Amino acid sequence: MAKWKWQNTEEKVMQVLMLLSFGLIVMSLLLILFTILSKGLPALSWEMISQTPKGGFYFGKEGGILNAIVGSLYLALGGTFIAFLFGFPLALLLNIYSSKTAWADLVRLSLDILWGVPSIVYGAFGFTVMIFLGWKASLLGGILTLALLELPIMTRAMDEVIRRVPPELPRAAYALGSTNSETAFFVITRQVLPGLATAVLLAFGRGIGDAASVLFTAGYTDRIPDSLFSPVASLPLAVFFQLGTPFPEVQQRAYAAALILTLTVLGISIFSRGISYFLGRHSIR
Amino acid sequence: MGEYGLLMNNLRILRSRRAKLDSWVRRIFWMFSALPFLLVLTILTALWLKAQPLLLAHPLSKLLLGEAWRPQKGEFGFLPFISGTIWVTGVALFFAVPICILTAVYLSEYASGRVQRLVKPLLDLLAAIPSVVYGVWGVLTIVPWVEESVAPALGRWGDICPIFASANPTGYSVLAGGVVLAVMIAPFIVAIAYEVLQTVPAGLRQASLALGATRWQTVKYAVLPRASTGIFASVILGCSRALGETMAVLMVAGNVAQVPRSIFDAAYPLPALIANNYGEMMSIPLYDAALMTASLILFLIVLALNIFSILALRHVLRESE
Repeated sequence: MAKWKWQNTEEKVMQVLMLLSFGLIVMSLLLILFTILSKGLPALSWEMISQTPKGGFYFGKEGGILNAIVGSLYLALGGTFIAFLFGFPLALLLNIYSSKTAWADLVRLSLDILWGVPSIVYGAFGFTVMIFLGWKASLLGGILTLALLELPIMTRAMDEVIRRVPPELPRAAYALGSTNSETAFFVITRQVLPGLATAVLLAFGRGIGDAASVLFTAGYTDRIPDSLFSPVASLPLAVFFQLGTPFPEVQQRAYAAALILTLTVLGISIFSRGISYFLGRHSIR
Repeated sequence: MGEYGLLMNNLRILRSRRAKLDSWVRRIFWMFSALPFLLVLTILTALWLKAQPLLLAHPLSKLLLGEAWRPQKGEFGFLPFISGTIWVTGVALFFAVPICILTAVYLSEYASGRVQRLVKPLLDLLAAIPSVVYGVWGVLTIVPWVEESVAPALGRWGDICPIFASANPTGYSVLAGGVVLAVMIAPFIVAIAYEVLQTVPAGLRQASLALGATRWQTVKYAVLPRASTGIFASVILGCSRALGETMAVLMVAGNVAQVPRSIFDAAYPLPALIANNYGEMMSIPLYDAALMTASLILFLIVLALNIFSILALRHVLRESE
């Protein structure tokens, strides 16, 4: 009888521990959102998001963080575009031409490895290449480094979706006489459109939030960049630099920038669910 | 040539053009598909070449085990940074591993389908929050918490248990870095461990339950042993994430070039070293080579951990298909 009781106690104790752990993870997410909202909302104003920094900005004078907002958009859009240019054909054709070969295994392994490379290493690598080419910190350098960071994320996410396409679909297309590439670009693409959108948004979100890779490659400036070769500010670095100052007024801007960043990521997350539903109406289920 | 012949001819032309296009696409694809592998090699080579001046000037053992970091005098000891990385990552794993495994078990074995569906977006969101935002959160909540509550409470035990000795008046410490990192890597570990647990065949659970085992006994004796490789791999993957994480740790760990002796000491992990010093390295000889060596060390450690865990996970997840 005693043993039977012990088992039930153990069961109950473990259930409580599991619920506590689960609760702790959910709580920490809520705590993060609460902290960022409660600090960021009071700091957010129209001036903050519509103006670039004015003279004396870093001592708490006038201005906003428009330079960082626009800079981050340029960087993430550019990086995502270039990553898409390479990642989309790669993911698609990886599945059409060599889905289960050793070569495909190696490509996937390399992509997984690249996914795990810390962004600071991409930053250091990008900076090294830029010095070698004689470039200064610039929008283009930042975009290319972000593209490197985003490529594995986007490609692997797309790859996972394309792999789940039922094999009957390409077979039907082949039976109608279409070639491999036609099947890939016209049939499979249509089917996995929602997954592609999710992958692009995932990579975009990762790109817009990453600070370590653009730290040396994109630089920081108060102006909105007018060419690919001028330095550019970004939201994560705006958070980082402004939180490090001793002035409370400047720290306010860090909170505002952190809030904008968090809302962007939240928005992307919700948007990607919505858009995958919208684009999914052409998919065969 | 009749109408039928004309049609066939047109078709042939069309077919050959389409076939040609297809073969071009195929060729371009082969070039594209070599990119990821080449990129890994290029990064490795670039870091190696830039790190070489330092690696040739000093013996490796002196670099890795040297405690002195005085770039102006030409002394480059990486021990403070390597040990800082290990301390912060160790604390993060200490908190994250039990909590994440319990959560994954709960989600996979106990939670209803509705909870499971609700949690997935939540974990995605947690994984998508930028690391500077985690940093801001750490500075605003974890650092004051460590400074005001944890350090005074545990500091009293410092004489008996030296890892609790608190000589650091601020909360910017190994502990703060570890806690923030633990929260950051949790969604990764939970998501992968959950996926691994899902691959355990239902028959195993049914057999165990049919023998009269409780649910926890089923988990302990049937599910977890079967999933242990995959769960271990998920922890290693989380560990490699923690090792390379830069901004959040940089913001809360204190950044003092010393070998930490207690969880309340400031730490200066490798990524923070690289991020903090890149701007000013040009004037001092060998400084850039030193930072590249730091990147190389980081890259090699992460590479080894990742290759191990990716291959293990692949084995586990494929076996179940």
